[in-house]
Amino acid sequence: MSFETAGYQLAPVLPEIVLAIGAMALLMLGAYRGQETTGAVTSLAVVLLVVVGVLEYMLPAGKQVTFGGSFIVDDFARFMKILALIGSAVTLVLSTEFLSDPSRRIFEYAILVLLSTLGMMVLISAGDLISLYLGLELMSLALYVVATSNRDNAKSTEAGLKYFVLGALSSGMLLYGASLIYGFTGTVSFTGIAAAATVSNVGLVFGLVFLLVGLCFKVSAVPFHMWTPDVYEGAPTPVTAFFASAPKVAALAVFTRVTLTAFPGIVSQWQQILVFVAIASMALGSFAAIGQSNIKRLMAYSSIGHMGFALVGLASGTVEGAQGVLMYIVIYVAMTLGSFSIILAMRRNGQAVEQISDFAGLSRTNPLLAFMFAMLLFSLAGIPPLAGFFAKWYVFVAAIKANLFTLAVVGVLTSVVGAYYYLAIVKTMYFDEPAGQVDPVRVEVKTVLAVFGLFNILFALFAGPVVSVASAAAKSLF
Amino acid sequence: MTTWPILSVTTFLPLVGALIVYLSRGDDEAAKRNSRWIALWTTLITFAVSVILVMRFDPANPDFQFVEKANWLATGITYHMGVDGISLPLVILTTAVMPFCIIASWKAITNRVREYMMAFLILETLMIGTFSALDLVLFYLFFEGGLIPMFLIIGVWGGPRRVYASFKFFLYTLLGSVLMLLAIMALYWNGGTTDIPTLMHTAVPRSLQTWAWLAFFASFAVKMPMWPVHTWLPDAHVEAPTAGSVVLAAILLKMGGYGFLRFSLPMFPLASHDFAPLIFTLSAIAIIYTSLVALMQEDMKKLIAYSSVAHMGFVTMGIFAGTMQGVAGGVFQMISHGIVSGALFLCVGVVYDRLHTREIAAYGGLVNRMPLYALTFMIFTMANVGLPGTSGFVGEFMTLLGTFKVSIPTAFFATFGVILSAGYALWLYRKVVFGALVKPSLASMKDLTFRECLTLFPMIALTILFGVYPKPVLDMSAASVQQLVNNYNTAVTAVKAAALLQ
Repeated sequence: MSFETAGYQLAPVLPEIVLAIGAMALLMLGAYRGQETTGAVTSLAVVLLVVVGVLEYMLPAGKQVTFGGSFIVDDFARFMKILALIGSAVTLVLSTEFLSDPSRRIFEYAILVLLSTLGMMVLISAGDLISLYLGLELMSLALYVVATSNRDNAKSTEAGLKYFVLGALSSGMLLYGASLIYGFTGTVSFTGIAAAATVSNVGLVFGLVFLLVGLCFKVSAVPFHMWTPDVYEGAPTPVTAFFASAPKVAALAVFTRVTLTAFPGIVSQWQQILVFVAIASMALGSFAAIGQSNIKRLMAYSSIGHMGFALVGLASGTVEGAQGVLMYIVIYVAMTLGSFSIILAMRRNGQAVEQISDFAGLSRTNPLLAFMFAMLLFSLAGIPPLAGFFAKWYVFVAAIKANLFTLAVVGVLTSVVGAYYYLAIVKTMYFDEPAGQVDPVRVEVKTVLAVFGLFNILFALFAGPVVSVASAAAKSLF
Repeated sequence: MTTWPILSVTTFLPLVGALIVYLSRGDDEAAKRNSRWIALWTTLITFAVSVILVMRFDPANPDFQFVEKANWLATGITYHMGVDGISLPLVILTTAVMPFCIIASWKAITNRVREYMMAFLILETLMIGTFSALDLVLFYLFFEGGLIPMFLIIGVWGGPRRVYASFKFFLYTLLGSVLMLLAIMALYWNGGTTDIPTLMHTAVPRSLQTWAWLAFFASFAVKMPMWPVHTWLPDAHVEAPTAGSVVLAAILLKMGGYGFLRFSLPMFPLASHDFAPLIFTLSAIAIIYTSLVALMQEDMKKLIAYSSVAHMGFVTMGIFAGTMQGVAGGVFQMISHGIVSGALFLCVGVVYDRLHTREIAAYGGLVNRMPLYALTFMIFTMANVGLPGTSGFVGEFMTLLGTFKVSIPTAFFATFGVILSAGYALWLYRKVVFGALVKPSLASMKDLTFRECLTLFPMIALTILFGVYPKPVLDMSAASVQQLVNNYNTAVTAVKAAALLQ
């Protein structure tokens, strides 16, 4: 009997296979040639991610299911995977400077990012609870190690440990929830659960709650956000950029897929959870960020808030909502990578500076950097005509259609509160006296900034095609 | 007849100018001079193009003209531009005021000139876009986008409390606008599109009308500003540089009135009718209360800012009267106030540039040193009071006339505003211009320079021209206003008739 029987084709997982084999080959290269290969391994890893992205793009259109339904490739998965790959590749590019330091020549860094990305791809395509858990753990375990990659720094190791302990706890809860769901429906596949879960019973809802807890932890939604500020602050900046982009894409993708394809029969049950989580995240993300003085910590709260906004789309539980989530995450990733490339560019006398006060007067010492950052901040605040406005438009328009008026009103009001702290940074850059020159920006950081900065500013011009792609991807879930 | 997209060209020309300013690098005197000249020429060319709009405009046609449509976001949200008799005067006001703003900043702004000019040019694009967008999302894009350059203009080139003022301006306006955004979304699902002309003919259920009206009101009342949400305005005006105050008073405030005319009245006629008493009350309070507050001010800009709130009260009152005279008077009052208040801020800027204080007490007896200035200031003060023969009179008279037919108490109380405005304006004028010139700091004041005459004299001409011959503006808007009023009254009468039958 051939392995390629019906329902077990290998073609849909080709990108994942290439990524896995490539990661192992690069691991061999590094292991046998030693730390001098760090630069080469990192560059090859970027190339590998690009190749995988192209492969993913070239997969035949339409929905393909393999491994007996546990692995799904549809427009939604392709969309999210390519986005996660872009996030990973860009963070590797941004890490070049960090890895060039002689004391930090760790080729494993790129390998871990690759493995984590592989986990994300499995997670995004997960069609049952088993592959969901496999993907989630592969992604997370690699992330825990990456967080500590600045080995000699106490904060970095603390961040990694904290992330690991809390992550393990959340994985446990997720597993517990998954086992309850299996116990009450008799199946682990999402389609099977959807067929069984037409009426809510207590056991199932219990399992659902625990499952959502685990997922909320991964997207760092309130009340499971506590790790985020510490990890963001402690981890090296390129790693923080990574945490803020690709894993969020994967976690949000699986969040969307689980709720919409496994539990469409009991929307009202998870909708109230999501409404609460979204409101709490948006509120905490806006209010808690006001007092921050460290830009990375501020970005942590900002990302908590943004996940709240993305969940507003999901809470509506409709195809418009899914489209809103997709639009939000694309724009969020672009804004985040752009912002982090600016944080990476902020160096004085060879030292990275992270305090918001260090940005003082940047508009005079480096006008272009200040302008790009100001536009990104206005965009994060959701001010038109920048990209961030369109992100908010699509999630709130879905919430309005689903008659979630309270959620929408609270959401836009917290976005005004959020605007305050983004404005405060703009104020520091534009209204305050300069705090001193910044070092010349490295070319790779400049390139990343140019790409995402222009994407952000000019988004209104090419929004149409992005919207239609996101719309097609959202429809593939239903 | 050529078919080039004349309206889009008018809208985006300033943006092109901003790009050119950006490309002219350098930080020396020559670069500063270059950016000033580029900005001036851009605004002048934009004005010239907008004059073509006027010449080709057909005043007899009440519908939108110069319409441009292109695909944008996939689902019923398009790039749709066009002007009618209500928006065209405001577009012209914008393009006409901008060159004066650039000239007024010629000497006053010496640091970061390039960024300053770029901010103003971008702001001009966003303002013209606001008045000519025919799609709600596009409108919101321009409407909200204007916050960014204005925030920077106040914050970077403003006075000592600029940070507070700029934050207050930004957050206050944003808070009002996000609620409108939600209402826009609700209208989108109700009508399946955000196309303004289509939505004007889409029936909106009564309950949605009420909520959407309130949400739009939240945004426009702040922008207008109406009492009691006007408190950002005095701060913003006082701290903004002269040209910033001019733009704020002359154009940004008009977005609120424009919004009421473009959205509230045509799309939610029933809610507008229901809430008209609220608007009347708020307007009457605004007119009397802010006039009284203006009497107490010690800062010249603050006084004019409060008087702006009072004058905007006439506009809201006229608009929601829903009569031909009221609405036409509201449009006229917006244009007139745009010219007069802009000019008044320029007048304050003239003495501020010389003495660097806006305190009324620091001045006195300027007529002895600056006769030409005294005359100019006199004309605009009189226009602000609403003296017959100036444009201020026509607007106030028409709005009062329109309101009188609908609500006599409102018109009665609003008339007090006319008296009070004479009080504070004449008081300001006497303190600053008349009296003996005793203060030593004033002894060396020079009269208006050629550059200042260049900014103020055309405005004098317009103030008096529209005062004795308001026909150009009224004719331009007449057909559109007539259609608006007719539709509004038809909708309201239909509901009243239905209620009677039951």
